Amino acid sequence: MALAALPFLLSLFQVVQLTVFMIFCLLALSLDLIWGFGGILSFGQAAFFGVGGYAYGVIGINSGRTALAVVAAVVAAALLAALLGYFTFYGRVGAMYFAVITLTVTLILHQVMGSTADPRYAVGAARLGGYNGMTNIPSLALELPGRPSIVLEPVPLFYAVGATLLLIVALCRALVRSSFGRVLRAIREDERRTELLGYDIRWRKLLTFVISGGIAGLAGGLFAGWGNFVNPQVFSLSQSALVVIWVMVGGRGTLYGAVAGTLVVQFLTNYLGAASVTYTTVLLGVALVLIVLLFPRGLVPSLGLAARRLALGLAQAPPAEDSGPA
Amino acid sequence: MDLLAVTAFGTVYAIATLVLLALGLAVIFGMMGVINLAQAELLMLGAYTVLLATSHGASVWAGIALAPLVVGLIGVVIERTIIQFLYGRMLDTMLATWGLSLALVGTVTLVFGPTTEGIATPLGYQTIGRYSIAHYNVFVVAVALGALGLTYGLFNYTGWGLVARATMQNATMVAGLGVNPARVYMATFAYGSALAGLGGAIMAPLTGVVPTLGLAFIAKIFITVIVGGPVILLGTTTSGAVLGLVESIVSYASTPMYGQVAMLAFAIVLLRLLPQGISGFWRRGV
Repeated sequence: MALAALPFLLSLFQVVQLTVFMIFCLLALSLDLIWGFGGILSFGQAAFFGVGGYAYGVIGINSGRTALAVVAAVVAAALLAALLGYFTFYGRVGAMYFAVITLTVTLILHQVMGSTADPRYAVGAARLGGYNGMTNIPSLALELPGRPSIVLEPVPLFYAVGATLLLIVALCRALVRSSFGRVLRAIREDERRTELLGYDIRWRKLLTFVISGGIAGLAGGLFAGWGNFVNPQVFSLSQSALVVIWVMVGGRGTLYGAVAGTLVVQFLTNYLGAASVTYTTVLLGVALVLIVLLFPRGLVPSLGLAARRLALGLAQAPPAEDSGPA
Repeated sequence: MDLLAVTAFGTVYAIATLVLLALGLAVIFGMMGVINLAQAELLMLGAYTVLLATSHGASVWAGIALAPLVVGLIGVVIERTIIQFLYGRMLDTMLATWGLSLALVGTVTLVFGPTTEGIATPLGYQTIGRYSIAHYNVFVVAVALGALGLTYGLFNYTGWGLVARATMQNATMVAGLGVNPARVYMATFAYGSALAGLGGAIMAPLTGVVPTLGLAFIAKIFITVIVGGPVILLGTTTSGAVLGLVESIVSYASTPMYGQVAMLAFAIVLLRLLPQGISGFWRRGV
């Protein structure tokens, strides 16, 4: 567990950065689950992330109990996913329409949250704050019954988020390896055949979407607790695109790939993006076009395949078993 | 009575803008099945064409006439460099055009800056009792009707329209008859782009010109075309009418923000009831 030793090796700033990268990994996992295993491309993960963030903020500010706020984040995002999924999956809306509808919901949330600058847009003590966003959101804290709650410092927060990430990865692994996961992959390969074999694909898609939405909401809640603020930028097109890029770089349908892709892209954008946000947007856009045109299977799997072919060509021998990105 | 007339015109105007903006997408998505997420940026480029034309001393009208040509050409470039490799891979097309959309917004921001540039709205006002209607809004309605009629005529009554519709149905068969489908795809994509350029140019004096101009429209136009369903022109017009009406009513009753939300919610419920879109049960046609 090299991960556990990291806080001792890195500066405090790097620990804080890595914490938010792990939160993004959760978001990427949520997309990988629905897209990589269910074959349903959702552009709405950023929406669930944002809804989770706002729910955490509203409950956290009003009740002061952050554990409750995290639960609220998951539940709010899962509810939105359930509502959206009910209308689309039970309406048998096509895959592309589904992608467009989720994108539309994200964009409209962006505009709706952006137009809440007026102080009368508030839930209890929590002001939504328009494009400036919601501020003064309480940090994640450890709450034990009968004791004052302890606000998590960066290093304990790193461990808490890391543990959550490991837990969610394990849960997703268990889910995709279960019989439910096998049916899910069957739906990805051929919806109609799966249905003809007697499986009801509608509730399975709905359930997967709700779980995925819940994970994205969890990520949003943790994000709001990490940064103490959330603004409509979480619903923006570039944020939604980022989630897709993370998963595309890592290769969809591999849980570790989603995590690895997120870390690689975030470290690179951090490294490059010091110049300006606009340059980052242009680069992100160009990257997305190039990956789709040149590496449709995902960047890491395609490069891995190329490397293996190269090794085969050079050595004329089967390549060594690679351990995979972990 | 005056209020009624003005409100009625306002509703017609709202529907006309929706149809005008969605028309290019209806051709590209409805006919070709290409989900072009950069459609909103084509609108934006149309608006910037007008801005550039006026800042170089040309009239707004010249800019509006120029925009479909410029954006149509940009459409050709996009089709040749990106879209042509991705036919039949719809989700990949969607992702690539999304990347294109981000890159275009970013590039235009770098070149022209992130500020909103105004273009003076030409033409005057018509007063009706205590209210007034801008002549330019009447012009917008007329252009929407004109573009709709032109597109309908083009696809239904010309040889090229016939070939285009045949290509969308069965490209192999068309190729067997000696027509190059790649060229038909390119031309159709260019025509859809030109329509978007026209829409963006017409809206430029009303909304102001800003790199993120398309964001305000993209959600609306996609919903309009999806709800429209397979009979693209009449379907888009009908869904534009229904959704525009819902949006106008709710906007008048509360705020434009709730108008948008109501429109989206209505569209999603409608898709639950009519998964094929409004025109799903109609006789097929354009």
